[in-house]
Amino acid sequence: MSLTASAFDTLELKDVGRSFGGREALADLNLTIRAGEFIALLGPSGCGKSTALNCLAGLLPLTHGQILIDGKRIDVLPSEKRDFGMVFQNYALFPHLSVAKNVAFGLEVRGVPKAEVKRRVSEAIALVKLEEHAKKLPGQLSGGQQQRVAIARAVVLEPRIVLMDEPLSNLDAKLRLDMRTEIRRLHQSLGLTTVYVTHDQEEALSLADRLVVLREGRVQQIGTPTELHNNPANWHVADFMGYRNLLDMELTEVSGTQARVSGHGLSLVATLAQPARPGDTVRMAVRPHDLNVVTDHTVTTGRNVFTGRVGVVEYQGREFAVEVTTSTGQRLFVHAETAPQVGDEVTLVLDPARALVYQQSLDANVSDEERERQVLAEVGS
Amino acid sequence: MTAITETHRPNLPKPKSTASRAHRLAERGVDTKLLMLLPAIVFALVLFVYPFSYGIGLTFQPLPEIQNQYGGGIFANYIAFFKDPFIFDSVWITMRLALPVALFNVIVSIPIAFKLRHKFRGKRFMSTLLVLPITLGTVLTAQGLLIFAGRQGWLNRFLMDTGIISQPLPLVNNYLGVVFSLVISGFPFAYLLISSYLSGIDPSLEAAAKTLGANWKQRFTKVTLPLLAPGLATTFILTFVLAFSVFPSARLVGDPLGSTRVMALMAYRSFAEQINYSMASTIAIMMGVVELIVIAIVLLGRSFLYKGSTGGKG
Repeated sequence: MSLTASAFDTLELKDVGRSFGGREALADLNLTIRAGEFIALLGPSGCGKSTALNCLAGLLPLTHGQILIDGKRIDVLPSEKRDFGMVFQNYALFPHLSVAKNVAFGLEVRGVPKAEVKRRVSEAIALVKLEEHAKKLPGQLSGGQQQRVAIARAVVLEPRIVLMDEPLSNLDAKLRLDMRTEIRRLHQSLGLTTVYVTHDQEEALSLADRLVVLREGRVQQIGTPTELHNNPANWHVADFMGYRNLLDMELTEVSGTQARVSGHGLSLVATLAQPARPGDTVRMAVRPHDLNVVTDHTVTTGRNVFTGRVGVVEYQGREFAVEVTTSTGQRLFVHAETAPQVGDEVTLVLDPARALVYQQSLDANVSDEERERQVLAEVGS
Repeated sequence: MTAITETHRPNLPKPKSTASRAHRLAERGVDTKLLMLLPAIVFALVLFVYPFSYGIGLTFQPLPEIQNQYGGGIFANYIAFFKDPFIFDSVWITMRLALPVALFNVIVSIPIAFKLRHKFRGKRFMSTLLVLPITLGTVLTAQGLLIFAGRQGWLNRFLMDTGIISQPLPLVNNYLGVVFSLVISGFPFAYLLISSYLSGIDPSLEAAAKTLGANWKQRFTKVTLPLLAPGLATTFILTFVLAFSVFPSARLVGDPLGSTRVMALMAYRSFAEQINYSMASTIAIMMGVVELIVIAIVLLGRSFLYKGSTGGKG
């Protein structure tokens, strides 16, 4: 494979911000991307992730901050001089050009010699396995094929960074999985530094080396998939990471990171994920997978055991997602190995280590990394 | 196939369709809702097809003097059209007006439509201003031109008073006057059409070209123009036809005996001054033929262009 990534060491985003008519779409984004890294920007729609990507691509000018590559500013360069490849959500293939011409576009506008264009184009097309479609127009291809053309068009330039804006969101579920593997494979074999925008946590967790979770234009947490999956920085990140049960409870006891919370007719032992004092109203986050239906009634003597009535049962292949209503009417999403009957009373077990307690307020909270940087900045000034 | 199934089940009656009547008719390609088009068809027959065929019929009934002068029996009018230089030259005179005007309208609309594509303060005001001339009638435009650009018009008086010129500029009652009037009435059409074609092109295509390293010239020539070209051809045809059938302004702000002696004027002259209805019809039919030839050439060129989806909202 002679397609490679152009060399650089780090890409640095410093206090990057963008506002639209006084409304901040993105604020104080600080991120250092190392060469070869796969970064996912994750968040609900309107969180500023696409704004961040467009700022990186140069399609939107910054209103604050700087973007540096190896210490050299690039946010002042126009998009066409940044040497980034971009894959768009709607593919944005040129409809009047054949697949091969689409892929060749970037090379041709750069004045690369014809023979080299031909060689690199056929290499890139082979990379995404579209050899027999090279002469077709994009309109004659399926969605997945079009997306592969878009990827080939971006990587053929051997860009410093590939930017992907929800590239899989227009594909059906099966194709999305296939393309996900394909993108990961491309990243591994070419070592392309990639910034990937998505609202799908599963996609982000499976693809990225590091994730950046955004909310209302601000970074909530930056970390590896395992860090985010196991230790979300606040309840919003937890919510996004699949902690479907968010319960507002009262904190009654704290000892170290152990805490006792009560509310909704329950009194449970949980783990403090953010500092809080007894008497505070806190938000407890639990994944459905950590809240299990037990059929074996001998365990009912342990901690964090309570009962509820089965409302909805969904088969998910091998296991069941169950909605249970507690005695106070609180609905919980739980996990079961065998299908319970709707209307049955079931016993639920919750692992105290996997019940995370957060402050209710999101604004008071700053992620650890963020806090560290602020402390450093204060020391520095 | 049917024969086989019938021998297999000889006694079974053909199953009765349970579908509605409209559905069964639709399966045979009959859409009863199309009957609602009937009034429109009657209108078209009475007001267009009949007069048009009557006009064609007229062209084959030349006046005796035309027949005597040019011969050719019932084709005398057509022979006269090609042989009489006074009539035939009007084809070129009309072309000399309509082609440059249509080209100008299209070419000038492109950058303006481009600039007005983005959101900015005062966009609505700008586009209203550009489209407003559509509401002016040709006669009003002509009158305005005479007042503004005539020998004693505001413009010439201003330029003479300020000493910039000593002789009034001949801006009306000649070729230029008609060009001005045709641009004023044709430009809004061209601008409206082109801006709607332009909004039909997905803006992310240009963004993609940008990230691929194309500068604005390359983006325009390699992405936008090829996608816009079919629309430009259509716009050209429409403004060309508008300009080609020019009549009132050729008379009011033009030089109706010289440089703006257009075909419509010739037809009118035959009709009203020479009371030669059949010659007037012939000129009118030939006008249509010339227009069709130009349209055919443009459409032929257009057929080589990409005309599929451009991905936008258009």
